[in-house]
Amino acid sequence: MTAAARLRRPSLPGPWERAGSRRRQTAALIVLAVLAVVYPLVFRFLQQNLGFLPWPDTAVLIVCATFGILALGLNIVMGFAGLLDLGYVAFYAIGAYTTAFLASGHFGIHISWWIVVWIAVAAAALAGIMLGAPTLKLRGDYLAIVTLGFGEIVRIVFRNLGDFTLALPSFLGGAVLIGPNANLTGGNVGINPIDPPTLPIPGPWGDQIVFSNQNPTASLYLVLGLLCLTYLVCRRLRDSKLGRAWMAIREDETAAAAMGIDTVTTKLLAFSLGASFSGFAGAFTGAYQTAIFAESFNFSVSILVVVMIILGGIGSLRGVIIGAFAVTYVNLTFLRWAGEFLNPPIDALGRATGIGLLADFNLVNYNFLIFGIVLAIMMAKRPEGLFPVESAKAEMHGIGISADVTGGGPDELAAAEEDVIAVHVPSPAVAPDQPEDAR
Amino acid sequence: MTVAVAAAAVGPAPSGDLLVATDCTKRFGGLVAVNNVDFNIPRGSIVSLIGPNGAGKTTFFNMITGLYIPTTGSILFDGVELTGRKPHEVVRLGVARTFQNIRLFGNMSTEDNVLVGLHHRLKSRWYGAILRLPSVRREEADAHVRAMELLDLVGLASRSATLARNLPYGDQRRLEIARALATDPKLLLLDEPTAGMNPEETRRLTDFVRELREKLGLTILLIEHDMKVVMGISDRVTVLDHGERIAEGTPAEVRADVRVIEAYLGRGAAGGG
Repeated sequence: MTAAARLRRPSLPGPWERAGSRRRQTAALIVLAVLAVVYPLVFRFLQQNLGFLPWPDTAVLIVCATFGILALGLNIVMGFAGLLDLGYVAFYAIGAYTTAFLASGHFGIHISWWIVVWIAVAAAALAGIMLGAPTLKLRGDYLAIVTLGFGEIVRIVFRNLGDFTLALPSFLGGAVLIGPNANLTGGNVGINPIDPPTLPIPGPWGDQIVFSNQNPTASLYLVLGLLCLTYLVCRRLRDSKLGRAWMAIREDETAAAAMGIDTVTTKLLAFSLGASFSGFAGAFTGAYQTAIFAESFNFSVSILVVVMIILGGIGSLRGVIIGAFAVTYVNLTFLRWAGEFLNPPIDALGRATGIGLLADFNLVNYNFLIFGIVLAIMMAKRPEGLFPVESAKAEMHGIGISADVTGGGPDELAAAEEDVIAVHVPSPAVAPDQPEDAR
Repeated sequence: MTVAVAAAAVGPAPSGDLLVATDCTKRFGGLVAVNNVDFNIPRGSIVSLIGPNGAGKTTFFNMITGLYIPTTGSILFDGVELTGRKPHEVVRLGVARTFQNIRLFGNMSTEDNVLVGLHHRLKSRWYGAILRLPSVRREEADAHVRAMELLDLVGLASRSATLARNLPYGDQRRLEIARALATDPKLLLLDEPTAGMNPEETRRLTDFVRELREKLGLTILLIEHDMKVVMGISDRVTVLDHGERIAEGTPAEVRADVRVIEAYLGRGAAGGG
């Protein structure tokens, strides 16, 4: 009886349950919004009076929210469509550079950020299609390697286009087409300054609001707005026909095609929509920092975003946002704070014992080691992430699995019908995959 | 109720063949899985495809549904050439299938599995979903109603929120049929629908298949190993062995065919007959 009752409990939130929890959700959102508005105003007070706690400053929260957008975007590709992408930083760079090209003195083009951001989104989406189209047949490890390469190529291209010459080969006349020493991207130095977003609202802050790192509070409000917009779009996509098609492809591509899903278009949409959010984040970052350079878009950014969504709970919108905030906070605030306590004794120990590794110890430098350890522990103890979707939890822990999807004999069937919970039916001699009958 | 509504829309089945496969061959390297098979499915009929393991039955299914492209030959469905079309295009023309080894979307709810089957009938686009246009919302609401109707038809309405992977085996088979029906097919291909079922479940499924033909006007092609099911339900039976068609006819004709008995029981068994 209890077993049957447990089984009937819906494991995915149905429309009813969603409607029922809407109130709770709204309340939580209001609380979060108030906190977000108030925090930058009380941050100084908190730091002065409760300075022993590691309060993140507004700039850190801005980075948190930016990574939140990135994590939501990558979650479309990895969480929904199940395509492993290790070069996600490329689209971030493309968004940032598009903004820099169109809103800076670099080319003397100064288009308003509010327009440029959409051009950056479109450029990133286009780049997503360019990456997706040749890799449609790849899955898993192979896709990961190609996307990793793509991320590196984009970074290096942006770096090298700071000083390049395009010339015809000597047997064609050797004419210089572009250059010598043409500068498209600013190379290692990057592009600086970039026009920040502004709103012509006069007030105590002057005759307009400038959303740059000179004005973190306003910038935080802007990026949180962008994060909310991203979240809303992701949620609607997830609950749409397209979202279901993505998940169907993730679950079983052949069966998805056999149900009328055009897998090519659907996967390309995952790549391009996922990439567009990265362009969104890139457009904000470039304009907010008012400077970008190629080396900041390195491989470790891609890895960080992957860590965020795995840690938070892959496929879960709330989970990946929390993952983004947690990882960024630990990376930028917590480790520095903890280092203040840990560095001196370890340093002293290192000097006393003569172990060079411990002398000049700085905890912040060990961030990737710490993330690696945390990830390894997570994989062992809680592979579905901290705030998973219900389905992932079921998958990782085999909760309530009554019959193997791939098969089950007549004998096991009776057992599966009677004792519905936790009877894992081993598949008898059923061919695991196709070609099923082609012997 | 749903069944009646759909049946009215379909009307009486016109005569003639819904599917005509001519001279179909599929080679995998040196292996000939299906060899020069001719095959007709009359409109509104239930046709069984039988044969020993490895006879090429599922390969034939995969050729119809676009997973394999025939090496030679043509498959006409309702006058349209199927060969060379992608799987999703074949579905849109009105051919739906289930799989021998159940291939549900395990980590999606039962209802979502059926909604995926409705995919190609929904017109909304990604930007419509983002803007949540009134037309999209209406379509989603309709799709939900339709999905629940289909789940009701197969007796799974109370399980709509359960993850597909958590359903008992028999329910998974039925969900796969509901998902296939959601694509609004004219021709339904069932690959060993009663595999792994007990006699009682087999009987219920047989009745259900017959009901689908009668009430929804579907044409059904099934691969089946249970001879009781095959003989009881089929209008025509085609027998494959080593990729070749060795017999075709009514169940009674096929049962009496010497080559069929040989294929199933060996040459010696047919010696007396």
